[in-house]
Amino acid sequence: MSTPVIRIDDLSKRFVIRKEKSLKERVLNFGRSNLHKEDFWALRNVDLEIEAGSTVGLVGPNGSGKSTLLKTIGGIIQPTTGSVQLRGRLAALLELGAGFHPDLTGRENVYLNASILGLSRQTTDTFFDAIVEFSGIERFIDTQVKFYSSGMYVRLAFAVAVHVDPDVLLVDEVLAVGDEPFQRKCLERIRTFQKEGRTIILVSHGLDQVAEFCDRAVVLEGGRVAADGAPEDALMVLRADFEEARQADLARLAAASPDEVAAQARFTGISVRSRDGESGRPVVDEGDSVVITMAVHSDVELRDWLIEVGIATPLGNPLYTTTNEMMGVSLEPLLGTRQYTLTLPRVALGSGDYAVRTTLRAADGSEIHYVPVAAQFSVRADSTSRGHVYMEGLFESH
Amino acid sequence: MDTTAEDRAAALALEPMRSAGPTSGFFRGTAQSVRDIVGQRELLHLLVLRELKARYKDSVFGFAWSLMRPLALLLIYFVALGQFLGAAKQIPSFAIFVYTGLTAWTLFNEIVLIGTGSIVMNSGLIKKVYLPREVFPLSVVGSALFNFGIQLVILLLATVIARQFPLGARWWYFPLSLLVIVVYGTAFALLLSAVNVYLRDVQYIVEIFLMVFFWASPIVYSWQLVSDHIEGSALESLYLANPVTLAVLGFQQTFWVAGDGQPVPSDLGTRLGVAVGIGVLLLWLCQRAFARLQSNFAQEL
Repeated sequence: MSTPVIRIDDLSKRFVIRKEKSLKERVLNFGRSNLHKEDFWALRNVDLEIEAGSTVGLVGPNGSGKSTLLKTIGGIIQPTTGSVQLRGRLAALLELGAGFHPDLTGRENVYLNASILGLSRQTTDTFFDAIVEFSGIERFIDTQVKFYSSGMYVRLAFAVAVHVDPDVLLVDEVLAVGDEPFQRKCLERIRTFQKEGRTIILVSHGLDQVAEFCDRAVVLEGGRVAADGAPEDALMVLRADFEEARQADLARLAAASPDEVAAQARFTGISVRSRDGESGRPVVDEGDSVVITMAVHSDVELRDWLIEVGIATPLGNPLYTTTNEMMGVSLEPLLGTRQYTLTLPRVALGSGDYAVRTTLRAADGSEIHYVPVAAQFSVRADSTSRGHVYMEGLFESH
Repeated sequence: MDTTAEDRAAALALEPMRSAGPTSGFFRGTAQSVRDIVGQRELLHLLVLRELKARYKDSVFGFAWSLMRPLALLLIYFVALGQFLGAAKQIPSFAIFVYTGLTAWTLFNEIVLIGTGSIVMNSGLIKKVYLPREVFPLSVVGSALFNFGIQLVILLLATVIARQFPLGARWWYFPLSLLVIVVYGTAFALLLSAVNVYLRDVQYIVEIFLMVFFWASPIVYSWQLVSDHIEGSALESLYLANPVTLAVLGFQQTFWVAGDGQPVPSDLGTRLGVAVGIGVLLLWLCQRAFARLQSNFAQEL
């Protein structure tokens, strides 16, 4: 069970960015045309082999070459050096409404689109009802697609793509447009595809989605493969990079406007400690305690204020939020520096990474200082369940 | 893994690896391109339909508009040139004469002009799916031929009404001339559509060139008027080297029955045959150029 369907060998792609396009400009700049060119390597020495039946997630920051790689696999862009070899029928879902003509009706577009993806007219006839039913836009099938909403576009495009019996399906960040029931429907279809041994290559910014669906994740960064392996490991690398970029951003922001940040009350130090006193980025077992320590400094006397503490996923989905007020503690006016702690005696979280976010607020709720990722910790739980919340369970048959 | 998955993997293992996108190579590439295009004939058919349907979609008269332009031109030339300038006195059945030339010219004009813009117009598709890109200029050829067919029917109706329906051996000029127009038109459309991706000025240049070349063929004036001026000179050979001129003359030989007594360039049939030969060679070269240029389409659009 190791038939490679796609073999990418030392693939590089260079884009030349020219700044002029018209004849006049080209003639005028003929001698100096090199000044008006800029090289940009979208992909650099990428080696990949993708096996039949695997689901691969391509992830990375914006502009890291994910879409370019996908387009090279689809044969839409020719590599500068290196080669892409593949076998089997390929269907690509790149961007919105690939291949729809706005002036034609949905019905006409289904036939056109299916034909583009390599389906004969008779086969399309037999699938037509299934396609329309899957898309769920029966009422509008004879309307010109220019009147469609973006969600309807994607529904129809996806419906066609999944019915052309592809061996390899390329999906580029299109599912996010559909509403939730439709997204679920698509993901179910992807699961069926996996069972049927089809190969799926998915570009997504939904890291949770990648972790859930893919059996392999490839992290691209600046056109190179930064990590390749099990989704959890690859995503860890990516998240660490995002965090680095975020810190750099913050530092730049702080450098740009030092007065503003410094003038107000602010957190001066935040740390997370486990029961064993481990700090930095502690790893705690599920059910253990965690202590969050915050140092707050204020240059002016701070009255009627509160501290908000939350726990979020690395992507910023809040899981838990509390304030000193909710805990029934009021804070005295503050001038100078003082320490506060929040103890969580029993962390009921599942395995994974978590971030602590803290906010200083005035009594009217306005934000004084907000630190989205003040500190991080990891939780190790037993493998009886998945997800962010940990609950003990007992499974029985009767 | 259940059986379907294993079957699929086994079937895939038997397939050879192919490289993504078009194959390069000068001669091998030709065969591959032709095979790809033939493999996509169903799509080609749909694209032609789309081209026809989408062009006049939402307009009340629809297809009728494709006839309006040549009819309007016919009216202008018939009145202004024929009556006011007196061309109709020297050219028998002037209306049929002009319409014959216009029918031939419109076909060439449409293939080249719309063909040139076809790749840029379909950029949405080209950026998202891999197809043999030749299908886009070719679909323009298809839709132009369809419009040509309608005009031809009108032309034949006119000859019936004028009691000058062409009969007999004169029909031999028609397929030859048609072939010349289609072959040269397709060759130019392929080349220019590819160049237009890199240099958008091309479509405007083409427009102007087509306007000039309209007058370089005996469409609204007769061959006799030209040959009076340039007979036997090098200019005559130059004038007759234009394949579209030959095709227009060929059309007139077939459909302009009233012009039977008028002078014709010698060996028109042979000239047309040679033009077809050269045209096929040109078509092949243009296709190769297209294949070379298309590798960067997706990023230039």
